Amino acid sequence: MTTRPIAEDDLNAYVDEALDAERRAEVVAYLETHPEVAEKVAAHRAERDLLRAAFAPVVEEPLPPQLSLARMIEARRRPAGTPRWAMAAAAVLLLGVGAVGGWSLRGMGVASSGGLQALGREAAASYAVFAPDQARPVEIRAENRAQLVAWTSRRLGRPVAIPDLASSGYRLMGGRVVATEHGPAALFMYDDDKGNRLVMFARPMASGPDMPMAPHVQDGINGYTWADDGLGYSLVGAVAPGMLHPLADEVRRQIRSEA
Amino acid sequence: MTEMVRLIEPLIPALRRYARALLRDRAAADDLVQDCLERAIGRWHQRRADREPRAWIFAILHNLAMTRLRRISSRPRPVAVEDVGEGDLANPASQEDGLRYRDLVSALSRLPDEQRTVLLLVCVEELSYAEAARVLDVPIGTVMSRLSRARERLHKEISDTPRPESAHPHLRRVK
Repeated sequence: MTTRPIAEDDLNAYVDEALDAERRAEVVAYLETHPEVAEKVAAHRAERDLLRAAFAPVVEEPLPPQLSLARMIEARRRPAGTPRWAMAAAAVLLLGVGAVGGWSLRGMGVASSGGLQALGREAAASYAVFAPDQARPVEIRAENRAQLVAWTSRRLGRPVAIPDLASSGYRLMGGRVVATEHGPAALFMYDDDKGNRLVMFARPMASGPDMPMAPHVQDGINGYTWADDGLGYSLVGAVAPGMLHPLADEVRRQIRSEA
Repeated sequence: MTEMVRLIEPLIPALRRYARALLRDRAAADDLVQDCLERAIGRWHQRRADREPRAWIFAILHNLAMTRLRRISSRPRPVAVEDVGEGDLANPASQEDGLRYRDLVSALSRLPDEQRTVLLLVCVEELSYAEAARVLDVPIGTVMSRLSRARERLHKEISDTPRPESAHPHLRRVK
């Protein structure tokens, strides 16, 4: 009986236990007479086992709530916020106004991914203006928190929550209302013991679905932006994305638990 | 949709593992998996019912991960593997294992994406070559040749890495 020559593919399949019994026996026989190949194959097997072991603990972790499939399907079924007919009516009205007054639908701030990008740009621009300001970075200081909540909530037309980042080492300095192309936005500023400043930015998205968190960067200012329940949020700062992301998750968690 | 929950839910831990291994950041990886699941819900009715859902959903995740990695690599300063907390990678069973896993994960991170992905899909996720080919959208022959190169390269990277044993003689295992 003549056997087919052993190919590299056979050795790979041997490591991956993907050979049928007959071919496997041929590979084993080959390895017995080729110790240097056998040594390499053994090393590849050991490295495969090590890779599996290194990542094995991930599958043992309990799933975080945002990865609940049943809940995600349920959330899709539930109509989001404004009824469709009201949105359609608003669009018709705006189109009518547009025809007369030369307005554009951009003002709707529709929460497409484009909407999130605009929000990210506005947040980064506000950070660039207010965070370096030593004299008056905020309009209302943290001591007058209730006044700050009342002012921003009134201007945004809905209750605004101020996240607490003290457990991550960031104290609330205060905040202000700022102007954007899409209307008023709330800006809250935080700093840590080294004077690093972060800005939490929020404004209504007018309509549209919740948007998952997405990173953005502009002129060295990193940010994470998302939309929940009609409000768009962006956490921005001149810190590494790896630092910012867990803070953004924490902000989102706090806002969702208050809602 | 209950059928989807039944077929897809058991795969979520493996999806998290693949995403974590590629992005090396727990929160970013989970965001990616969430994004993947949202898309899977939206496209469920388009999928071919006679096919295994595993390759289908891994393909969605893989494509999202590649887009994300390209965006990260175009940023000014990517996070170095040394900056990543051990908890983001895996949970070391012991100090010695922890060091070996760190060496391994940092060696893995030096492989090109096309080699890293095929290694993870075949070795860790235990996909068949045919499934890996579907996920990566390449012929099986390409999977095989990439796998060969990936194994060689990983072996070389690990062998070339100076082990920190001399700095920690008390950690050396006596055979």
